[in-house]
Amino acid sequence: MAEPALIQVLSDEEIREIEEECAHLPDRKSAAIDAMMIVQRHRGWVSDESLYAIGRLLGMSVENLDSIATFYNLIYRKPVGRHVVMVCDSVSCYVMGADGLRKAVEEYLGVGLGETTEDGRFTLLPIVCLGACDRAPTMMIDEELIGDATAEGFDEIFGRFD
Amino acid sequence: MDDVRPLIGIVDTVGGPVDLEAYEAHGGYVAARQALATDPNDIIDLVSEANLRGRGGAGFGTGMKWGFTRGPATTPGGKYLVCNADEMEPGTFKDRYLLEYNPHLLVEGMIIAAHAIHAETAYVFLRGEYHDPYRELQKAIDDAYAKGYLGKRILGTDINLELRIHRSAGRYICGEETALLNALEGKRAQPRQKPPFPPASGAWGRPTIVNNVETLCNVPAIVRNGAEWYQDLGIGDDAGTKIYGVSGRVNNPGLWELPIGTTIREIIEGHAGGMRSGYRLRGLLPGGASTDFLVEEHLDLAMDYGTIQAAGSRMGTGTMILMDDSICPVNMCRNLEHFFAQESCGFCTPCREGLPWVEELLTDIEEGRGKEGDLELLDRNAMFIGGTTNTFCLHAPGAMEPLASALKYFRDDFEEHIRAGRCPYR
Ligand SMILES: Cc1cc2nc3c(=O)[nH]c(=O)nc-3n(C[C@H](O)[C@H](O)[C@H](O)COP(=O)(O)O)c2cc1C
Ligand code: SF4
Ligand code: FES
Repeated sequence: MAEPALIQVLSDEEIREIEEECAHLPDRKSAAIDAMMIVQRHRGWVSDESLYAIGRLLGMSVENLDSIATFYNLIYRKPVGRHVVMVCDSVSCYVMGADGLRKAVEEYLGVGLGETTEDGRFTLLPIVCLGACDRAPTMMIDEELIGDATAEGFDEIFGRFD
Repeated sequence: MDDVRPLIGIVDTVGGPVDLEAYEAHGGYVAARQALATDPNDIIDLVSEANLRGRGGAGFGTGMKWGFTRGPATTPGGKYLVCNADEMEPGTFKDRYLLEYNPHLLVEGMIIAAHAIHAETAYVFLRGEYHDPYRELQKAIDDAYAKGYLGKRILGTDINLELRIHRSAGRYICGEETALLNALEGKRAQPRQKPPFPPASGAWGRPTIVNNVETLCNVPAIVRNGAEWYQDLGIGDDAGTKIYGVSGRVNNPGLWELPIGTTIREIIEGHAGGMRSGYRLRGLLPGGASTDFLVEEHLDLAMDYGTIQAAGSRMGTGTMILMDDSICPVNMCRNLEHFFAQESCGFCTPCREGLPWVEELLTDIEEGRGKEGDLELLDRNAMFIGGTTNTFCLHAPGAMEPLASALKYFRDDFEEHIRAGRCPYR
C-alpha cells in the first residue's frame, strides 16, 4: 500500500466518534477496532486510505491495523453492496433447513456467497448463529434480524431495502 | 418482582421489554441500594453462600471467582468488571433475550458486582450482530446514568461506576474470556496464556472479573431475597433458576426460566411441546454446539451441572439443540466441525490444522468417499485434538465433544455411509 497524501480522509463526525471512544480507554491503540467499525458504519467498508488515516489518528502502523482488521469477520476490507445479507449456517438453522434457505437467497439475488449483485444493492455472506435459533432458519439484512425465513417472503423482505 | 422467575418473569408481567419505570415499579434497583450500603466482602460471601455458578458454560462458582480479587479497596490503576455478552455458541439465544427484554436487570447486577470487587469501570462486551440488544441496553444505561444509578457518587454514596458497551467485530473465539480481553484492548482476539488468570491480571493488566450476562442477572435477586431463598429455587444440588432453551423440530421452540435441575423431558415435552408430528428425537446437544450428544436414555436426567456431567456431557449454556430422525448425524457433525474449523484463532496446530482436516474427512464420508479405517482415524483425532492439554485454549476440545459422542451413539450411521458409499439420508 502506498501512503496517500496527507489529506483529511476522515470526516469531522468520524473523528469526533473515534475521539469519544479514546476518551474512555486507557490508551488510544485500544480504540483500533472501535475506530474501524465507526468508519465502516459511515462508509460501508474500510479502505486503505481510511486505514492510513485511522493509523495516524491512533498512532498505529497500518500493518498492525490491517492484521487486526483481517482477523474480524465484521470488518470489511473490500467494498460491499448498499446492504449486507447474512444467512445463518450454524447448527440449529442447519437442522431447520439453512441449506435450502441459502440456495433460495442465492437464486433470488443471482449471486453466490461472498458476491455482490450487479446493481450494487446486496452483498451475500454466511454468518454463524445469530442467537435466534428458536426462529430458525434465520438471516440478517443490515441491522434487521429475520426469523422463520422462507422464500415466499423474499419479495416483501428484500423490497424494503433499496 | 416475580419471586419464582427472578430473571424474566417480569417480562411477562409487563408484557414486553422492561423500561426503567416498569423495572422500578417491580422492585428494580432496590437490591443495588441495599448492596451499596453493604460491605463488599459480605456481598461476595452472600453470592458464595447462594451457590451461584457461572451461566457462561463452565459453571464456575461466581462468589469464589469474585473472591480472587479480594484485597485493598483501591489498587493503583483500578480493577475491571467485564460482562461477556458475546453469545456466539451455536444454538444459544438466552443472553439476547435478557439484553433485549430486561436490560436493567443486567445493569443492576453489574452495579452490585462492581461494588463487590471494587471496580469503578465496567464494560459489556457485546457481539456485533446484536443490534436490537444494543439499542435496548444502551437506552437502559443512559436512563440509569440520568437517574444517578451510574456515574460519579452513585445515589449519594462515594461509589463511582462507569459502564460502557464495547461492540465486537465478530469471531466466536472472542467469547473465550482471555481472547475477549485482547479484543477489548483493540487487538486480535487470541487467547492468552493462563495463569495469570484474569482476576490477577486481566484487561490492561489489571485485576478483572469476566462474567456471563445470565450470571450477572442472577445477582440482584440474591441480594434482595438472600442465599437460602435462592438455593431453594433449584430442584437438586444447584441453586436458582436457569434459562433453558430448545431449538430444532419441536412444536414450540423457545426459552423458559425454570428451576435449575428441571428434567430434559419436562423441558422438551412440557414446554417445547414435544416433537412435531412425523419426527422422532434421536439425540440432543444439551447446552450448545460444544457439548456432547445425549440420547433418549438421558431424557429423564435433571439439567444441572453435576447430572449432565455424570452422563458424559455438559449443561453448557442450557440451550439444547435437537436432532430428529430426518437429520443425518454425519452431516450434522460436518456442520458443527465446519463452524469450529472456521472459528479457530489459528494459534496452535492441532486446532488450526486438525479441525479443517476433520471437517474434510467428515465431508468425504458424508459424500460417499469414506474408506475403511476412517472411523478409527476420527476416534484417534477426537482423542488427540480433544485432549485438554494439547491446545492453548478450550476451543479445540469443545469442538471434539459433539464428534466423539456422535461416533459413540450414532456409529451405525457412520459405518453405513462407508459400507454403502453414500449417505442413506439423501
Ligand atoms: C471458545 C470459547 C467460547 C466462549 N464463548 C462464550 C460466550 O460467548 N459467552 C460466555 O459468557 N462465555 C463464553 N465462554 C466462557 C468464558 O471463557 C468464561 O468462562 C465465561 O464468560 C465466564 O463467565 P461465568 O463464570 O459467569 O460463566 C467461552 C469459552 C470458550 C473456550
Ligand atoms: S485451541 Fe484453537 S482457538 Fe484456542 S488458541 Fe489454539 S488455535 Fe486458537
Ligand atoms: S443456529 Fe442459526 S440462529 Fe442460531
